[in-house]
Amino acid sequence: MSVTPAAPSLLGGDPARRRKERLVSRILVAAAMVSIVISLFIVLALLFEAIEFLRKIELSDLFGIGWFPRRGQFDILTLFIGSVIITIIAMLVAGPIGLLSAIYLSEYASPRTRSVIKPVLEILASIPSVVLGFFALTFINPQIVQRLFSGATVFNMLAAGLGVGVLIIPLIASISEDALRAVPRSLREASYGLGARKVTTTLRVVVPAAVSGIVAAFIIGISRGIGETMVVAIAAGGTGGSLRTFNPLGPGQTFTGAIASLATGSDQVQGGQAAYLSLFFLGLLLFILTLSLNVIGDIFVRHTRQRY
Amino acid sequence: MSIETPTVASGAVHRSLKRTGPHWPSLIFQGLLAFSLLFTLLALLFLLVDVLNRGLPVFTARGMDFLTSPLSSDPTKAGVSQALWGTFWIGVITAVVAFPLGVATAIYLEEYAAGSRLTRIVDVNIRNLAGVPSIVYGLLGLAVFVGVFKALDIGNGRNVIAGGMTVAVLVLPIVIITAAEALRAVPIAIREAGYGVGASRWQVTRQLVLPAAFPGILTGIVLSLSRALGEAAPLILAGAVLGSYSSGGADLVGQLVGPYTALPIVVYRWTTLPQEEFRQLAAAGMIVLLVITFIANGLAIYLRNKYSRSW
Repeated sequence: MSVTPAAPSLLGGDPARRRKERLVSRILVAAAMVSIVISLFIVLALLFEAIEFLRKIELSDLFGIGWFPRRGQFDILTLFIGSVIITIIAMLVAGPIGLLSAIYLSEYASPRTRSVIKPVLEILASIPSVVLGFFALTFINPQIVQRLFSGATVFNMLAAGLGVGVLIIPLIASISEDALRAVPRSLREASYGLGARKVTTTLRVVVPAAVSGIVAAFIIGISRGIGETMVVAIAAGGTGGSLRTFNPLGPGQTFTGAIASLATGSDQVQGGQAAYLSLFFLGLLLFILTLSLNVIGDIFVRHTRQRY
Repeated sequence: MSIETPTVASGAVHRSLKRTGPHWPSLIFQGLLAFSLLFTLLALLFLLVDVLNRGLPVFTARGMDFLTSPLSSDPTKAGVSQALWGTFWIGVITAVVAFPLGVATAIYLEEYAAGSRLTRIVDVNIRNLAGVPSIVYGLLGLAVFVGVFKALDIGNGRNVIAGGMTVAVLVLPIVIITAAEALRAVPIAIREAGYGVGASRWQVTRQLVLPAAFPGILTGIVLSLSRALGEAAPLILAGAVLGSYSSGGADLVGQLVGPYTALPIVVYRWTTLPQEEFRQLAAAGMIVLLVITFIANGLAIYLRNKYSRSW
């Protein structure tokens, strides 16, 4: 028969249509690759400049009395302690408040109350962090911190930590709520069937069943707290540098705050200098720290999803 | 035969079954829950009151003059016109760069290569990118975008295109994740119906899946835009001007490659100045910033509620 030669191309469809399909497919692959390229750029840019920094300074400069980049004092421990103090304060606020809000939304709230509370958390989550920094400086510090502790200075880590805490409440609430809602109804019903009260069911059955998701929420919250910049840059002080300090009532410097204040200074640091290169070294430390926390958090999130 | 009834315990059983009076652990727990909600509510309320209290007098005293004046070291004259333009351009660049790229990536991940090895790598990568602190994106912007413009000898490299690209890269993971979620929510049956009548993959995606997922994608885009306009940290590094500068008579090209600033940056700068007048200007700038953010978020919630459907 004479129709057979045409068959293969007919089965594959119109050649013009196939060309178009291939083209679209290639464009989409290219788009997907962009995110990989971005990650590579981040890692390479940070790595190269950080290595350059380490070659420019003496290793002993990394351990001193404080963080004064313009004077060649790069005490990393100062920044690490500052970041840890602010993150601990933030988590003391956001951990319990976020988790309890999540429990309320998932276990106690009627659909109507939920439809009011949920947008409040979403609005709080959408507020730019500069505004929260302003709030920490002009309200939290004078109205709360300085009233409770007479020794608190105008800029202090406690006020900044509380500001960061308010900022991460919605994040912790939303991840924890997802974890609590993923607990199957049958577990709650079994508990009620045994005669347990709501509070017992919530605390002894639902929360333990969702614990890996809640741990994930806390880890991701910590990562977000370490990475938060504007609240710290505005409210924690430490512009120009800071001595190594454990006092939350005084000014302090964190990884993020140090990057921001170094880039903000009136005498903007120039390329090639050790102070400029230290930006990237700090960025690399921050990147490694938050990335490891996020990866661990992600493992916990997936653990919850697999169980139910 | 008579059954011996344990008379001793019956009183206790009866009491515990009737359970009159409050159950303290339940009440304490509910009190804690109420406290946590009250805390969040009050924090939001005090924040808004604090900002409005300081910022509104600027608007009542100067009206729209605050929005149309350039930056100045004189607090009675300083305004946010340059900052508004900068924020506008950052929004435009984010829209042009991040939205098509993000939606295309989501389509690839969900419609073209779901489950493949490359998809898994890209997927993990995007989730990690979403957790990178915004200031690290600023370092990327400084090293790459500002660096490229400097190498091309366009000004000193610190222009609004570099800033906008930095923010676009920052929100890209959010666009991808929300768009991918919207695509995933479209039932498989719709795609199969398309293939059943002989449509190609792109025809199915373009004419069936995308329209169905559009409201969800749009919601994600609006939220990403609101995030992009509120970011200050990456712009500090990507060359936004912190002091005042003059951009009088700059044409379109001059605006795009000249010095720039943005609303969150100006607000940050004014907050750090010691004079109370600048604090008030900062609060007034924050009112503008919050209005933009709330309009965007309100729009997103409206879109979500209007078009949300269960399949």
